[in-house]
Amino acid sequence: MEHTTLAHHLLLAGLLFVIGLTGVLIRRNLLVVYMCLELMLTAATLALVAFSRFNHLMDGAVLVFFVITVAAAEVAVGLALIVALFRQRGTVQSDALNSLHD
Amino acid sequence: MPDGLFIFFAALTLGAAALLVLSRNPVTSAMGMILALVGVAADFFLLDAYFLGVLQVLVYAGAVMVLFLFIIMLMNSDDPTGAYPWKTLALGLATFFLLSAGVLWLFQWSGAVPSIATGPTPPELSNVPSEFTTSAKSFGRLLYSKYLLPLEIAGFLLLVALVGVVSLSKDSNSTAQN
Repeated sequence: MEHTTLAHHLLLAGLLFVIGLTGVLIRRNLLVVYMCLELMLTAATLALVAFSRFNHLMDGAVLVFFVITVAAAEVAVGLALIVALFRQRGTVQSDALNSLHD
Repeated sequence: MPDGLFIFFAALTLGAAALLVLSRNPVTSAMGMILALVGVAADFFLLDAYFLGVLQVLVYAGAVMVLFLFIIMLMNSDDPTGAYPWKTLALGLATFFLLSAGVLWLFQWSGAVPSIATGPTPPELSNVPSEFTTSAKSFGRLLYSKYLLPLEIAGFLLLVALVGVVSLSKDSNSTAQN
């Protein structure tokens, strides 16, 4: 524990965020894209907790508490939207959902 | 050189995240996501944020991912087999390597982040308002004093989400029957 610095935690958070962003860019399945979005959110909360811990302040941790709350609500609404979309169109592949394209 | 537990959980988290992005089966992706979230929760524990680690496992790896798995199993959402279009692949690889290099440079070599160690173990409970402590009690104290209004708004947001989800699923039901 003594030798793990702030930079190590931030590096982990940054790499996690980059992996999530790559997933959002290359995947076509809306559910997997949504999971990658959640991963990016989690990476941001990891950076928040690290800053909070190394600054000896509680406020970042409380913000993470709110982020988790909002993320839970957001996932519920987002999944309901995806289910509604699936009922209408019968697919969750984003390249098949292009009826507004032209 | 970071501590061994940190390296183990960081490798677990990054590997599971890679599984999430690369697997063609959505169920495998969801399992990778759960593993990555548990890895992040373990990192919260290493950062002495025990309450948040427990919350992460309960809410994210528990409730949210169960919701995801239900939806995945409800709909037949297997990816079409076959390679990704080369444009997508090039964009993804370029993003990954450029941003990873940027993150590595920023946090390891640029000197922008002071290389401070964790310092003394935080107290379990403190009389100083908003000092970092390990107990869940200090969360409650802050939530009901400094962050009272955000707490009320968060509660209201959960209610709005609940009503929204019910009305969303009802609407699509009636249009499907018509």
